[in-house]
Amino acid sequence: MIDFLQRFGRAWIDRVGRLGRAALFLFHVLGALGSLLSRPSLLIRQLYASGVMTLSIVLVSGLFVGMVLALQAYNTLIDFGQENRVGTLVALTLVRELGPVVTGLLFAGRAGSAMTAEIGLMKATEQLSGLEMMAVDPYKRVFAPRFLAGFLALPMLAAMFSAVGVIGGHLIGVDVLGVDASAYWSQMQNATSFYSDVGNGLIKGLVFGFVVSWIAIFEGADCIPTSEGVSSATTRTVVYSSLAILGLDFLLTAVMF
Amino acid sequence: MSSPDSMSDDGTTLVQIRDLHFSRGSKPIFRGLNIDIPRGKVTTIIGPSGTGKTTLLKMIGGQLKASQGTIHVDGKNVGKLRRAELYELRKKLGMLFQSGALLTDLSVFENVAYPLREHTDLPESLISHLVLMRLHAVGLRGARDLSPSELSGGMARRAALARALVFDPMMIMYDEPFTGQDPISMGVLLELIKTVNEALGLTSLMVSHDLKEALSISDYAVIISEGVVVEAGSPEQLESSESPWVQQFLHGQPDGPVPFQVAAPDYELDLMGQKSADASAEVSR
Repeated sequence: MIDFLQRFGRAWIDRVGRLGRAALFLFHVLGALGSLLSRPSLLIRQLYASGVMTLSIVLVSGLFVGMVLALQAYNTLIDFGQENRVGTLVALTLVRELGPVVTGLLFAGRAGSAMTAEIGLMKATEQLSGLEMMAVDPYKRVFAPRFLAGFLALPMLAAMFSAVGVIGGHLIGVDVLGVDASAYWSQMQNATSFYSDVGNGLIKGLVFGFVVSWIAIFEGADCIPTSEGVSSATTRTVVYSSLAILGLDFLLTAVMF
Repeated sequence: MSSPDSMSDDGTTLVQIRDLHFSRGSKPIFRGLNIDIPRGKVTTIIGPSGTGKTTLLKMIGGQLKASQGTIHVDGKNVGKLRRAELYELRKKLGMLFQSGALLTDLSVFENVAYPLREHTDLPESLISHLVLMRLHAVGLRGARDLSPSELSGGMARRAALARALVFDPMMIMYDEPFTGQDPISMGVLLELIKTVNEALGLTSLMVSHDLKEALSISDYAVIISEGVVVEAGSPEQLESSESPWVQQFLHGQPDGPVPFQVAAPDYELDLMGQKSADASAEVSR
């Protein structure tokens, strides 16, 4: 019993300690963001690596999600003679929920895991120590550009996910199932508010971008510098990011809508 | 007697380590280490695996902090420096990591140019000249466009040496520079370390297991074990020392002051499957 309590207590102390390290890490990263003003090329390179390189998977997923939404919406709404509202349902579902959430999950799997693996390998191969010994601050040169790139890229990707999803919904709803095109667009336009729907979706994207980037970079920097340690850290990034996105989505939805 | 925060310096000592204590978790690494690294010489730190040699280099570079004691580098107490001051000091220190630590997304040329691009506003033509001179010195001018993954282990360390030299440091620290090298690469590295130290007037601090090779170019050597210095002096002095520590190291004896067996319970009890509580501290030979 005593052994169990000791292990339980030690595990919790470790977790709280890790949370403290993560908070301090974030504090240092935020403090290093100003240095990007003098080196915007570092940010642009990371925007390309985490944003542009994730674009294809986001666009393809958005297209299919929009198509599925239109199909499901049509099959349900036609029973009530409301199939003209397919566009509304597709757009609201995408911009309010699925756009930021699915993009966040895809981003964590594609870009977040890559950030963790890259930083973890830099640690394992002593590149981070090498930078420090060359008087180059890894917070300014490695962590801050990746953090800001993730924070900015995710909401942009979410917006593109939603836009492509709306087109996917049009493809199925209008071109295949025969919903009136003008009804699809006009119902959507009437029911969707730019500020409360699109704007809040954008805020969700920013929050998810912040959290995923923080988790991904911290896990890389805090990993055990071995192949197994990097592998575990990469897995943790995807698991923690996914759980954080889903949990935060519930909280944000409860507050926003 | 000087205070712990000041360095008693007659100008001949570049690094002064006094009463250094450091632990990893509950395991003590250093227990009152005292070392003087002479300026302009090649000094080698020798010790068994896990004795904290690489840790010592990281502490001199300010990457790890001592729990007690002081490290002065060029008169500056490393543990008391603010971040900006520490980074200024590091510009004067080069470090050659065991793995080379080259940035894998940059070519050899860009790796060597990296410190110059980070810390200076030199024109591109001058950066190019400086980088090519350093690459030529280590024999890698022809490999400037290769990526680190295309280099052999020896070439990677030579490229890392060129990068460490490009900012004209006052001291270079070498972490196991000869590990895993074939005889030719080892010979090249030995020659480079010796030549660079003499030609550029540097101080070199080397951590190595390859005693014969390391001592052949060293002016001074320090043997550390169990967290303290067990012997220090010129290679000739170490050769003539009768200390069992030194003899075990220099002649590669498997057993001696550094035991062959890791601390373990009594052998007989262990085989019988009876680990007594107080037996865990016993060492069976």
